[in-house]
Amino acid sequence: MSDTQLALSSGQSGLRRSESLVPAESIAGRALVIVIAIMTFLAALTAGGAILVSRASQDWRGSVAREMTIQVRQIAGRDVDVAAAKAGDIARKVAGIGEVKVYTKAESERLLEPWLGSGLDLGQLPVPRLIVMKLDESGAKPDLAALRQVLMREVPGSSLDDHALWLDRLVVMANSVVIIALVVFALVVTTMILAVAFATRGAMAGNREIIDVLHMVGAADAFIADQFQRHFMGLGLKGGVLGAVAGALAFAFAGMAASMWAASPGGDQVESLFGTFSLGWSGYGAILMIGLALALVTGVMSRMIVFRHLNGLN
Amino acid sequence: MDVVRFENVGLRYGLGPEVLRDISFSIAPRSFQFLTGPSGAGKTTLMRLMLLSLKPTRGLVTLFGHEAGNLDKDMMTTLRRRVGVVFQDFRLLDHLTTYENVALPLRVQGREESSYRAEVVELLRWVGLGERIHVLPPVLSGGEKQRAAIARALIVRPELLLADEPTGNVDPSLARRLLRLFVELQKSGTAVVIATHDLGLMDMFDGAHRLVLGDGRMHIYE
Repeated sequence: MSDTQLALSSGQSGLRRSESLVPAESIAGRALVIVIAIMTFLAALTAGGAILVSRASQDWRGSVAREMTIQVRQIAGRDVDVAAAKAGDIARKVAGIGEVKVYTKAESERLLEPWLGSGLDLGQLPVPRLIVMKLDESGAKPDLAALRQVLMREVPGSSLDDHALWLDRLVVMANSVVIIALVVFALVVTTMILAVAFATRGAMAGNREIIDVLHMVGAADAFIADQFQRHFMGLGLKGGVLGAVAGALAFAFAGMAASMWAASPGGDQVESLFGTFSLGWSGYGAILMIGLALALVTGVMSRMIVFRHLNGLN
Repeated sequence: MDVVRFENVGLRYGLGPEVLRDISFSIAPRSFQFLTGPSGAGKTTLMRLMLLSLKPTRGLVTLFGHEAGNLDKDMMTTLRRRVGVVFQDFRLLDHLTTYENVALPLRVQGREESSYRAEVVELLRWVGLGERIHVLPPVLSGGEKQRAAIARALIVRPELLLADEPTGNVDPSLARRLLRLFVELQKSGTAVVIATHDLGLMDMFDGAHRLVLGDGRMHIYE
């Protein structure tokens, strides 16, 4: 038996390890993974924040837009409670209005407590009655102009407030908040892409020798580019998944903390401003997409660098 | 058809002076030539021109009948696969074993490992690296690296072998053995170009042409 036969028969079927042509472990590679993980985490926080703010602003708009109030002022010689009940009956008959609640004298006075304090006798004050109406779920838009005319005719001294002015301002504010969140997200994404691109370039710098050797031994440009793209996309995926998981966990923990804190007055305030801190599957999907997009950026960047270097060699 | 043909080739780097001037020569199939000259004479530059990794500033370079200036990338790759190269600094990939380094030219061509395994092992044994198959290059001595680099160039049975100082790091007896390998390769159909300034090595083989570079020009001794 020849030496070669001996070598082959002595279990050397795995002479070529599944070793990539690009070194699997390097300091620059590890640094790139860390950079990508951190950038993905920051982008995930920004994206999640933008999603929460956007949803919260939708909630604010929705809840305000679904409510209207009728104010019935006191007029000498008229029982304001009877007038309020009459206005409530008129409102109930309007298509598109679901729930109508007529506030009693005590309930109306309680609304003033935050401004006037408690324990005051408001009996002598002409406190107007409020009727809060909520739109029904059908989505039908009530004819507010007609309602306003009927109220003026049937219940003098009443006024209908559909919160249009307040809603307009709220919409402008909510839109501004969402736009700011999107701008911040766009800035973070731009920074992230630049940081990852430069980190990829840095990591690639140590691999120029390998590109040269592969080129000289007859590897096609596309073959070399594929090797590097696969390797760097792998690094990108590792960092991207790490960062995305960390970002998703951060939101999951924030959601748990918020729900534990929800019973407190501070928790109520936070919830009314930012909602429940729950991103939902679409939010977590968006975070994962950021990680995947960064992996893609890393792979494509490495491919571009390889082709640029090879063009120089050619 | 000549394997390599240079016609009035000149090369300058940037705006500097010409490092090679009016170089004209041809390399026939199955020929053997030593490329020699003092350090810095342009031997490595000339090898890079032959390998199409440099473009001449003027003149015509033809490789296997194809004019270098008119080649697309795919054609360059195809031609490069017909050339074996031994670099002065070996250029082995440190994260691949000796076996993987030698098999690299076949691997990048997309060949199945089973189709070349025996061939690579046989060649490694022939150059005296049979016991170093699984070793990574940083562990190899200078001579062993040299032999691995030579084996990598020979594994594709090239039509043209370019070797830059291939015996610079080996002892005289191994140098003689390697030279014998190059001569056998030439006899089996490969055109061999060895860049060296080892006069002793050149004296060992009388049948070689001597291409002598000096002052940017070439003198040919048959």
